[in-house]
Amino acid sequence: MSESSAKPVLLTMQDIHIDGRSGDTWSPIIKGVDLTLHRGEVIGLIGESGAGKSTLGLAAMGFTRDGCRISGGMIDFDGIDLLAIPERERRALRGKRIAYVAQSAAASFNPAHKLIDQYCEGPVQHGVMPREKAEADAVELYRRMRLPNPEEIGFRYPHQVSGGQLQRAMTAMAMSCRPDLIIFDEPTTALDVTTQIEVLSAIRDIVAQFDTAAIYITHDLAVVAQMADRIKVLLRGDEVEESDTRSMLAAPKEDYTKSLWAVRSYARPVQPPVTTGVPVVSVQNVTAGYGAADVLKNIGFDIHARRTVAVVGESGSGKSTTARVITGLLPPRQGRILFDGQPLPPDYRQRSRDQLRQAQMIYQMADTALNPKLRLRELIGRPAEMYLGLKGKALTERIRDLLALIELEPEKYIDRLPSELSGGQKQRIGIARALAAEPKFIICDEVTSALDQLVAEGILKLLDRLQSEFNLAYMFITHDLATVKAIADEVVVMQNGRVVEQGPKEEMFQPPHDPYTELLLSSVPEMDPDWLTRLLADRAARRAGQG
Amino acid sequence: MSVLFTIFWIAVAVVAAMALGWLFRWAAVAASRGEARRALKTAPLAASFGMLVILIYVVVALFAPLIAPYAEREVVGAQFLPWDATHPLGTDNLGRDMLSRLVYGARNTVGIAFATTALAFFAGSFLGLLAAAVGGWLDQVLSRLVDILMAIPALIFSLLLLTIFGTSIVTLVLVIATIDATRVFRLARSVAQNIVVMDYIEAARLRGEGLIRLIFREILPNALAPLVAEFGLRFCFVFLAISALSFLGVGIQPPTADWGSMVRENATLITFGDVTPLLPAGAIALLTVAVNFVVDWQLHRASGLKE
Amino acid sequence: MSDIWSMIARRLLLGLLTLFVISLIIFGATELLPGDLAQNILGQSATPETVAAFRRELGLDLPAHTRYVNWLLGALQGDFGTSLANKRPIADLIATRLSNTLFLAVYAAALSVPLSLMLGILAALWRNSIFDRAANALALTSISFPEFFVAYILIFVLAQSGLFPSMARMDPTTTFSEALYRTFLPALTLTLVVTAHMMRMTRAAIINLLASPYIEMARLKGMSPARVILKHALPNALAPIVTVVALNLAYLITGVVVVEVVFVYPGLGQLMVDSVAKRDFPVVQAVALIFAAAYVLLNLTADVLSTLSNPRLIHRK
Repeated sequence: MSESSAKPVLLTMQDIHIDGRSGDTWSPIIKGVDLTLHRGEVIGLIGESGAGKSTLGLAAMGFTRDGCRISGGMIDFDGIDLLAIPERERRALRGKRIAYVAQSAAASFNPAHKLIDQYCEGPVQHGVMPREKAEADAVELYRRMRLPNPEEIGFRYPHQVSGGQLQRAMTAMAMSCRPDLIIFDEPTTALDVTTQIEVLSAIRDIVAQFDTAAIYITHDLAVVAQMADRIKVLLRGDEVEESDTRSMLAAPKEDYTKSLWAVRSYARPVQPPVTTGVPVVSVQNVTAGYGAADVLKNIGFDIHARRTVAVVGESGSGKSTTARVITGLLPPRQGRILFDGQPLPPDYRQRSRDQLRQAQMIYQMADTALNPKLRLRELIGRPAEMYLGLKGKALTERIRDLLALIELEPEKYIDRLPSELSGGQKQRIGIARALAAEPKFIICDEVTSALDQLVAEGILKLLDRLQSEFNLAYMFITHDLATVKAIADEVVVMQNGRVVEQGPKEEMFQPPHDPYTELLLSSVPEMDPDWLTRLLADRAARRAGQG
Repeated sequence: MSVLFTIFWIAVAVVAAMALGWLFRWAAVAASRGEARRALKTAPLAASFGMLVILIYVVVALFAPLIAPYAEREVVGAQFLPWDATHPLGTDNLGRDMLSRLVYGARNTVGIAFATTALAFFAGSFLGLLAAAVGGWLDQVLSRLVDILMAIPALIFSLLLLTIFGTSIVTLVLVIATIDATRVFRLARSVAQNIVVMDYIEAARLRGEGLIRLIFREILPNALAPLVAEFGLRFCFVFLAISALSFLGVGIQPPTADWGSMVRENATLITFGDVTPLLPAGAIALLTVAVNFVVDWQLHRASGLKE
Repeated sequence: MSDIWSMIARRLLLGLLTLFVISLIIFGATELLPGDLAQNILGQSATPETVAAFRRELGLDLPAHTRYVNWLLGALQGDFGTSLANKRPIADLIATRLSNTLFLAVYAAALSVPLSLMLGILAALWRNSIFDRAANALALTSISFPEFFVAYILIFVLAQSGLFPSMARMDPTTTFSEALYRTFLPALTLTLVVTAHMMRMTRAAIINLLASPYIEMARLKGMSPARVILKHALPNALAPIVTVVALNLAYLITGVVVVEVVFVYPGLGQLMVDSVAKRDFPVVQAVALIFAAAYVLLNLTADVLSTLSNPRLIHRK
């Protein structure tokens, strides 16, 4: 992360055009992008899904996936014209001078070979070093990547190693030939935040140690702020803008970039905590699980009308299971759910139609939550028809009202199929379907995590407005603390099936914390380029203080 | 030499088929509009040819009495007459007109196979969807039963059942339909299982929807595309199975005109270098090829649309 | 490692259970027959005395479960009872025919397995090439042909000219090379039909495998195409390929019936078809049991082999 513009240029990509095949025709994916990278420099490629980040990253290796082709432009890697040389020579560069780290290490390691065999393959096949030396080198790099048991971990098979460790082993493998350039393709996207920190810091250190240049691809602004010297923003195959990280964060020039930044600033007004009255939903001493194992261990919390309770935790913490217990999909072993002070039957099949109506759910993936073969009329209308007995004109009227409520023009959308909507619009339909039942309580299960940031903000604002309009109680399941800050009144932190800490939002974001909450909170990347450095220094100091 | 001749004729047939497919596609595109027109435009030649063949078979089956020069079971001359003007394809082992029997065969063989497939299909897919939607013990019982039935090779099982129940058209249809229903069940269940894990099914359950609506409104519309393709494939299997049984003499019984039995009855001619017995066999092959071409195109289209 | 053995043991046990239930079905199916079996076979004209005598001969006076146990125990020792048609022990009828059928099946397998694996892998590697399209169209056509059509075409083309015999006669004096020559056409018929299926399935399995992220990773590490295939794809392709081969060998079992009839080959299939026409229950049951057992064993073998070749299962956590 040094001042690197003085160093020689390593990679130049000029006016790159890449097409993808759809049926018999080619359509553009990358529409004329330039990229220059100096030795030892890290450039961040950022953009929403479909921006063409990975395609561009792979093109830097002279590589395209099946069904894609580079249709124009020039790629110069250290004086070599990558598009002019034969494939055999490009192959000799890959892995040796340009390496790649994939998003899912679990899928990208060959299940049939040990980690160390896959590590040594590159150096041995490219003739960089003999097998014995490569093995010793692997142990050294595993150590530098702070993998536990560096001497032994290489002799395991990929499925015997955890996701965060695999991602580090993959980075070590990419380093095996000491390449000049590494392409990191969303290396931490599949990881939990607490694991992400370890991988990020290991990657950053090793890139600095060997003075390797890198293209770091991600959709997460805060992550790229920690990793890159410069940032390039892509939108649908076009470059939006590029500048060095600090000035980009401080003063983005283009509207699109500004809008990406703006999302982070949304927060709803603080509401006073409710302490009196009967909560809409009360989870009381619930223990539940599948098979012999308990996934939830004696948890409890209340949700009041007009309030949002955010349930936060990493994967496996039990937050989704909590939703399944409340909806009655998973009857608890112990404990009960009260609704307006009355106990709900544990199994949804024993609940009355009115009990089912009162509690609705909005799902993470709108794609799988809406039946793709039904039109919006039926998707939204069915709950109204079923629960409220609306028919004919009254029903159509109600559907129109609901569409207007979620800010979609009724005339235009009422007879569409979900496939004719954008991601954000689909999520809005999910909201309308929940509202159609006229519920008191809605569970929002990671409703914004599959959406691009700008769209997600629109959804959060809409949910906010609907809450005050209809006196709704929300339970908001999320792993994203930025979302919690934006929308929650109260926070419940879960870990390994237990509630670690709960309370009003203002208290939760102020110390002192439970140690796990502390770890979780501190692990969420911030938009400050010095955040990671500071955090690691803090943690090291605290460890030293304890020891 | 005969090998070279065969290759030559195969080449001629392929070129002719492609030309016919091209003509049919051109005509079909001109005659259709909207969604169908767009789909037809992208149809490969093989699939166009397939559609044309299926259409011809359907017409022949429907209007068999009008097309055939003689009656189905009428003895019109000596046995094994060669091809001539009065009997374009000669006569069979009993002196019946070969062409007429071929035409009626379209009605009998294809009709019986179609009825059997429909039966197998409706029983199999309904039970498959039901098993996936209900789950639990019902799914377990049905699936284990199907596992066991499928562990016996289909042809062997049908031979066994036909020995016991005798060979009539009704038993034939029921036996084959039962055996094929197990295969349809497997497919329908696995397709539906991928659907029932979707959130929209969970949403429907939590809304309190009944089983019938769940199956027919929420699951079936999403399972339709693979099931329709399966119908085509199943038809081919059933058609080939019935033909094989008829050929073996335990399927459709004489004097009903049926392509499988016709091959068996006239097979001796082949050793004398006469191609006549190959005609009914070829008629079977042509229809299954045609259906397979169309199904292959549809499957390809369905998988392409997903991307 | 103990996990995997218990897993295989479970599979074997399940296979045995399946065989047991199949034997129940094959035996019990005759019980489904409406009315009396003996009456049914002898016809309405038979006198009550003959029917009673026949019932005793078939053992029908014993309860069904006793007859089943006797039948199964006998079958396990190779004694399938006597044929109704010619009163000879079924074991004698079956003995030589079983080896003939096995010979034909192995012959066809030896031709088709290497051929179809090679074609399937090449089609997958050269996806969407002319070769791939032609091979696919040919395979699709061949799958659509009834076996007897393929057989008669081969007879018409290859036997007419006297290159190969159209009847596959076998007797005890036939030497091995003679047998290979005489059964060439039936073996070729089976090969053509099975190869088409096996090639398509191999192609699909390989394409599926080549789409894995770890194959892309190997290419991005700069490995040569040959190394990507041999070192990265092949070890993982074993399980799907074994499954494909076993499925198609199982398919040979049914294919053999029609082909034996066309070529008048003295095998089990022809015996079964003859016995169905004569409604010779004991023979049909015996042959069905043998075919079903072979089918189950093949599927079981595929299952066990693919378990054994899965690295995720061999190297447990």
